[in-house]
Amino acid sequence: MEANGAGRGADPDAALLDGLRAGDEAAFVTLVERYHRPLLRLTRLRVGNDAAAEDVVQETWLAVLAGLGRFEGRASFRTWLFRIADNRAITRGLQDSRTVPLGQVFSDAADNEGRGWTVDPDRFLAEGQPWAGHWAVAPASWAPDAEERLLAAETMAAITGAISELPPAQQVVVTLRDVEGWSSEDVCAALEISPGNQRVLLHRARARLRAALDGHLRPPA
Amino acid sequence: MTMQIERPEADELACRELVELVTEYLDGALDPAARARVDAHLATCDGCTTYLDQVQAVMAAAPHILPEPVPPALMQRLLEAFRAGRSGM
Repeated sequence: MEANGAGRGADPDAALLDGLRAGDEAAFVTLVERYHRPLLRLTRLRVGNDAAAEDVVQETWLAVLAGLGRFEGRASFRTWLFRIADNRAITRGLQDSRTVPLGQVFSDAADNEGRGWTVDPDRFLAEGQPWAGHWAVAPASWAPDAEERLLAAETMAAITGAISELPPAQQVVVTLRDVEGWSSEDVCAALEISPGNQRVLLHRARARLRAALDGHLRPPA
Repeated sequence: MTMQIERPEADELACRELVELVTEYLDGALDPAARARVDAHLATCDGCTTYLDQVQAVMAAAPHILPEPVPPALMQRLLEAFRAGRSGM
């Protein structure tokens, strides 16, 4: 593997891209599998249903294969991939002549989607009391068997379901950051948003997921 | 005048404010002073410690959620395109 110059970190997909260019089928399969969930979440923002999102994913990979020779690696592969996918999704989902840039989709969501407190204000003591703003009803611990229950299939299904019920922009951000493990920098580059907007959406998503999981795991009264 | 020993200091965080800072805190995006206030609050507040632990538990569980496999028919179509392109090189 060629040494990377000083500065930007190596593309996490560099080895697979080399394989792709060399005609390695296994590398292609790995890439398609690696990005299936991220691409579905992204394209679902533009198109109306899961079937159309899957069509866009197919078109995206065909465009990647056709355009691979032109990819120079100045941006990371995942950023380039997301750019192609969003263009394909816009073309598929176009309802009118106006297209909202991807970054604006997310900044609008940060401004408008799920504003306000992320925890019910009733959980805290009201103004005018000595401990105003402190927990009135503190979170109940998920112990003692929390770790085993957390990894149980039933709990994984609950989290998966809770993610699917998030508002769409929150769903994309938490999927990329927490499910897929992308860095904040990668997410901001791929979605063309500021770290601040990205964090706002992530914050709301995590609060909702914690609340959903709390409902699932809270010890019986 | 009675001194209320239990009254929180003016510059201390309330729990309601801390829960809004957890994401910045975990991202290391708080300035040192804010981070110190969060740490000081967590040291004495079981409720907020529990809340933060739970957020981190969700983050730890997230990579293990149900997979989203590529539908076999889609993978087959993509492989055919890949092979067709490869043979044309």
